[in-house]
Amino acid sequence: MVPELGHFALLISLCLAVGISVVPMLGSYVNSTTMMQSGRSMAVGLFVFSLISFLCLVWSFVQSDFSVAYVASNSNSLLPMVYKLTATWGGHEGSLLLWGLTMASWLLAVTLFARSLPAQIHARVIAVMGMTVVGILLFTVVTSNPFERILPGSPAEGSDLNPLLQHWGFIIHPPMLYIGYSGFSVAFAFAITALLSGHLDSAWARWSRPWVNVAWAFLTLGIGLGSWWAYYELGWGFWWGWDPTENNSLIPWLTGTALVHSLAVTEKRGLFKTWTILLAIATYCLVLFGTFITRSGVVNSVHAFANDPERGAFLLMYIVVLAFFSLLLYALKAPNVTSLSAFRISSRETFMLSNNILLTILMATVLLGTIYPMISDGFGWGKVSVGAPYFNFFWVLLTVPILLLMGASSLSQWKQTSSEIYRKYLKWPVVISLIAAVIFPLLYSDGHRIGGAVTIFVVVWIIATTISSLLRQTRNAPSLWAGMRQLKMGYYSMVVAHLGVAVFSLGAGLTSVYSEERNLILMPDGSKELFGYTWSFDGVEEIRGPNYVAQQGHIQVSQDGELLARLEPQKRFYMSGAMVTTEAAVEGNLWRDLYVSLGEATEPQSAGGWVITVYVKPFILWLWMGIVLMSAGGFMALFDKRYRLARASADALAGRKRATTTGKPVQAT
Amino acid sequence: MHPVRKQRLIFVLFLVFFAGAAAALFGFALRENIDLFYPPSKIVAGQAPVDKQIRAGGCVLPGSIKRIENSMTKNFIVTDGIANLAVTTDVILPDLFGEGESAVLTGKLNGDGVFVATQVLAKHDETYMPPEVADNLNTADHVKTCKGLDYGT
Repeated sequence: MVPELGHFALLISLCLAVGISVVPMLGSYVNSTTMMQSGRSMAVGLFVFSLISFLCLVWSFVQSDFSVAYVASNSNSLLPMVYKLTATWGGHEGSLLLWGLTMASWLLAVTLFARSLPAQIHARVIAVMGMTVVGILLFTVVTSNPFERILPGSPAEGSDLNPLLQHWGFIIHPPMLYIGYSGFSVAFAFAITALLSGHLDSAWARWSRPWVNVAWAFLTLGIGLGSWWAYYELGWGFWWGWDPTENNSLIPWLTGTALVHSLAVTEKRGLFKTWTILLAIATYCLVLFGTFITRSGVVNSVHAFANDPERGAFLLMYIVVLAFFSLLLYALKAPNVTSLSAFRISSRETFMLSNNILLTILMATVLLGTIYPMISDGFGWGKVSVGAPYFNFFWVLLTVPILLLMGASSLSQWKQTSSEIYRKYLKWPVVISLIAAVIFPLLYSDGHRIGGAVTIFVVVWIIATTISSLLRQTRNAPSLWAGMRQLKMGYYSMVVAHLGVAVFSLGAGLTSVYSEERNLILMPDGSKELFGYTWSFDGVEEIRGPNYVAQQGHIQVSQDGELLARLEPQKRFYMSGAMVTTEAAVEGNLWRDLYVSLGEATEPQSAGGWVITVYVKPFILWLWMGIVLMSAGGFMALFDKRYRLARASADALAGRKRATTTGKPVQAT
Repeated sequence: MHPVRKQRLIFVLFLVFFAGAAAALFGFALRENIDLFYPPSKIVAGQAPVDKQIRAGGCVLPGSIKRIENSMTKNFIVTDGIANLAVTTDVILPDLFGEGESAVLTGKLNGDGVFVATQVLAKHDETYMPPEVADNLNTADHVKTCKGLDYGT
């Protein structure tokens, strides 16, 4: 009964979504307030019914109702309760339902928190968002109904949630990711509305910015959590493997990052308008394209979902329709949008432009590497895979200039920046970064000087230029503290996000350069010296978990006779599906992680010897701290005074009045 | 020149320069870093390059996994139902690796016709199989998993 209720609620949500995409849009053209306002109540309904539908699926999991096909293939009666709940989004169908719910939540948020928008704009934004929701819900209903029953002959036992997903990182990773993904549908809706209305000024940018920043912050956090989960759960010591599934979340993140910056220029200077629109459209299309890649099975991914050509075909059609109409609209309307103001080469605008170009190229390299196997197969050039060296090469090649420019840009000014400012405020950062880059690799390790030096240079450069910019911003204040209190939240959110990038780069760079990894054969009570640590093995014992049996190794790591860690990596054998997983054991602090995973027993097995992989991963914790900081920066932007709704609405009204009196679309000045 | 036009020109030149440099690098990096896939039958027939990084894959022949005592070395055989390819590796076999399951290997073919794998990927599931393995299996079209393969005992 409950699954049918859920299915019914899903169908009602779909109908409501169709209503939202049609009625307010029509209303905005025939100028009917009732029709425009109807979007608001339908948005509430959409959210409520999506939530009911989602909760029905959760309920089916809690009840272990294995007559529901999706529950039967993703749960098991032995599964601990918390994982029964999270199994709801452990497979394809349920994750789509979650996606639909997050889309409905964003739609509701826009109706609630963007009321100060002019009625016509508001109605259109809601309608366009409604259309994106229709796509996702229709996809769910037509190809991936999570409530499908196996009747009669429903299985007595479920085949279990993939054990790799039985980890608490997985509880929050997908929701964060989906909130981020769906958040970019808001940016998309604002972009389409701007094209429809020809209303593309600073006020428009100011309305969209908080939404884009928050979506970006969620996506950042979501990707970070995914990486963190892979590091702890997959047992390979990877934090990023350039797998298609991972790349597909990174691709929209890169255009999203470009969008955040280009929107800033559009708001402050009324420039890059059409480019901003294009980025907003592209980001959402890339989100969908990434979904297509992972869900259709066109590329070989370590964590591909069970794939189905029908789903791929549907998604592809959805993307084509969406991209075709939004680009058509763009082609027709964008030429009317002009940016009048000019800027000099030495200005913040140029920095932002370089940032956008570099990020776009970086996105294109990742995208090309991800889909190249598909292209090559399609043209009959053979079945290939693109290795990590390709991605690493471009990543380093392009991020280093991005990061260097990022540091310098914090001292630039809009329109024009005199070279004197650079001389005065960049002198010390250059000196300090150079000194740090020379000294650190010498002190830290014997090898890999160049990689370490580049990392340290870039990181110290960002931090030093940030401090320098803070000093410049407060130069007229009586004291540093007094000056800092006057600075806007928007400035601090940028500082925090940029420092986050620095902290992330420190972790990512140093851990990539200095990580050590080796397979060891260890006999019980044996020990080996490696990487400056003593690794001693006390053998393996068998232990029982709630739904698995595990072989648990005991490894002690010591240095200079001092015991640093007792590590207990496991090899788990899940009873339900005969799946084996490797649970790494990690002891970490700010400076390094000691990471151990059990490989395999050596022959003869009676001797009790094991191949054990030991890793020393320096500074890896910084990587995740950096991601949290970046994301925090994105959220902080919400609290800038100029996004307060009253202000936005007053400006908007003023803008509209001007527009009606002059009879022309408003140009930003 | 009108300042706006001049600016536009600089912008376009900037774009062309970056795009050109990027395109050149793309080609270079892709050529260096792609690994071609060969099914066992082609490798055994001598159609794959020796001592160059390639990928291979197929079904792991039941009963073929041999672990060398007190070492990390494992030998096994993968097959596409037409030919058998001998594989040796020192890497830890993934949890999902098993006899009668599909595996994708990255490594080099040595002079003796043995594939030395430096990466072994395995993924098994009722419905999923790496597409390159599936497309090269010598099975009837509707049973594209290792279970549908005739190992010739």
